[in-house]
Amino acid sequence: MSGPDRRPPLAAFSWRRVAAMVLRHVYLFRRSWPRLVELAYWPTVQMLTWGFINAFFRAHSSWVAQAAGVLLGAALLWDILFRSQISLALSFLEEMYARHLGHLFVSPLRVYELIVSLIAMSLIRTAIGMAPAIALAYVLYRYNLFELGLALIAFFASLFVTGWSIALFVCALVLRFGLGAESLAWAVMFAITPVTGVYYPIDSLPGWVQPISWSIPSSYVFEGMRAVMFEGVFRADLLAAATALNLVYLAVGAGVFLAAFHVARKKGLLLNVGE
Amino acid sequence: MPDPVIEVERLSKRFESVLAVDDVSFRVERGETVALLGGNGAGKTTTLAILLGLLLPTSGSVRVLGEDLLRHRYRVLGRMNFSSPYVDLPRRLTVAENLRVYAHLYGLDRVGERIARLMQALDIASFHDRPTGRLSAGQKTRVALAKALINEPELLLLDEPTVSLDPDTADRIRHYLEDYRNARGATILLASHNMTEVERMCDRVLMMRAGRIVDTGSPAELIRRHGRHTLEEVFLAIARERDDGGDEEAGRP
Repeated sequence: MSGPDRRPPLAAFSWRRVAAMVLRHVYLFRRSWPRLVELAYWPTVQMLTWGFINAFFRAHSSWVAQAAGVLLGAALLWDILFRSQISLALSFLEEMYARHLGHLFVSPLRVYELIVSLIAMSLIRTAIGMAPAIALAYVLYRYNLFELGLALIAFFASLFVTGWSIALFVCALVLRFGLGAESLAWAVMFAITPVTGVYYPIDSLPGWVQPISWSIPSSYVFEGMRAVMFEGVFRADLLAAATALNLVYLAVGAGVFLAAFHVARKKGLLLNVGE
Repeated sequence: MPDPVIEVERLSKRFESVLAVDDVSFRVERGETVALLGGNGAGKTTTLAILLGLLLPTSGSVRVLGEDLLRHRYRVLGRMNFSSPYVDLPRRLTVAENLRVYAHLYGLDRVGERIARLMQALDIASFHDRPTGRLSAGQKTRVALAKALINEPELLLLDEPTVSLDPDTADRIRHYLEDYRNARGATILLASHNMTEVERMCDRVLMMRAGRIVDTGSPAELIRRHGRHTLEEVFLAIARERDDGGDEEAGRP
């Protein structure tokens, strides 16, 4: 054939390109079983630790006994938040480790398609990581996370969005400053943990900390979880506040990532990613 | 006359105090094979990165396949591709897996058939199930080339296309690229330090030094104009003008 090619224009968004990126990570998992083991390892260790603590408290505290499993539930939900964030960040870091961004962004893959594929991978990785922990919690402690009912879906969704938003922000920093900023991916959630009320109510925190807590969407989820477990009520107002904040977080996370991508194109970082 | 495949006008790229590309203009017509030649830091890779849309220029305009690349790069990315020994494919994925991922990224049909054809043409079938990270440098170069050809691009940008290949394999790859260009009417822009390769494959050479195009012409024209016997001698003469107090500006890479 000779002369100009007349191919149809590529779609502005393609699920096939998103699926191609998911396939890339599925291939990676198939070829690296330690990655799979690690996904389930930490949530299971966390669940076991809090399971034993929970069992101890149930035997020695009438207050906690009113809501058996509150600590275990909090631990599992916190892990959902942490896993959703780290899973997205790790999928992006895999591209950095592989020095692969140069090829990816010469293909028709859009930045927002990459983000959607990272979100899909976060769902897959979190499901693989959390399923054994949730199952073991039931087997060992007769704690059924799904007893939270429909509220659980709302809690999960909210925590996932918070995790993704923070992960996009971290990915933006790694894209801008290189793999030297990689440790942020692991550390950022632990900075939030003390103030987001995972294991204790927000009003037990010092007054000056509480506004910070209420600016984090996950704080509303953990408060909501305690309302279900202690009072048996689903607080729609807390979920609405979390949703509103999540929309802001996600917009900021995605915006910062897109801005970092633009800066990377200005500075030539896509060809030279590394330390 | 049809639009040029590449049309670059007054292109500049500054990295803080370093002017990597300095007011460069050139055109590449359909079906041409053109080489960017120059020493290290001459601006070849920067120019290629801008043409790929990976790098934004400081000033100037770039039209590729009739589109303004800076505004509409997604309109043309599916019609072009590139290969570089300095940008990796995921090391843990096998050769076949990497090619399959890219076939889907380009939205191609008959994926298996396409990959099988490329594997045979580039002689990579024998290690298709090996992780890319475990390949020799020469094998990696061929796999990168297979990835660059997977969407049968109209425009192929190649950085050191035969680096690390033994002379026999390099010769076969050059043949394949020439046949591909002739069969598809494709356009090739390559950056290379291999003068024999450039003399053999390229219709035209853009000689770069310190971010500027300092000379251009067919390999034969350049050799004649500079009164040399080979393109390598021309390259050395131009590269060493800086040592003789040429027009190098202070502060350039």
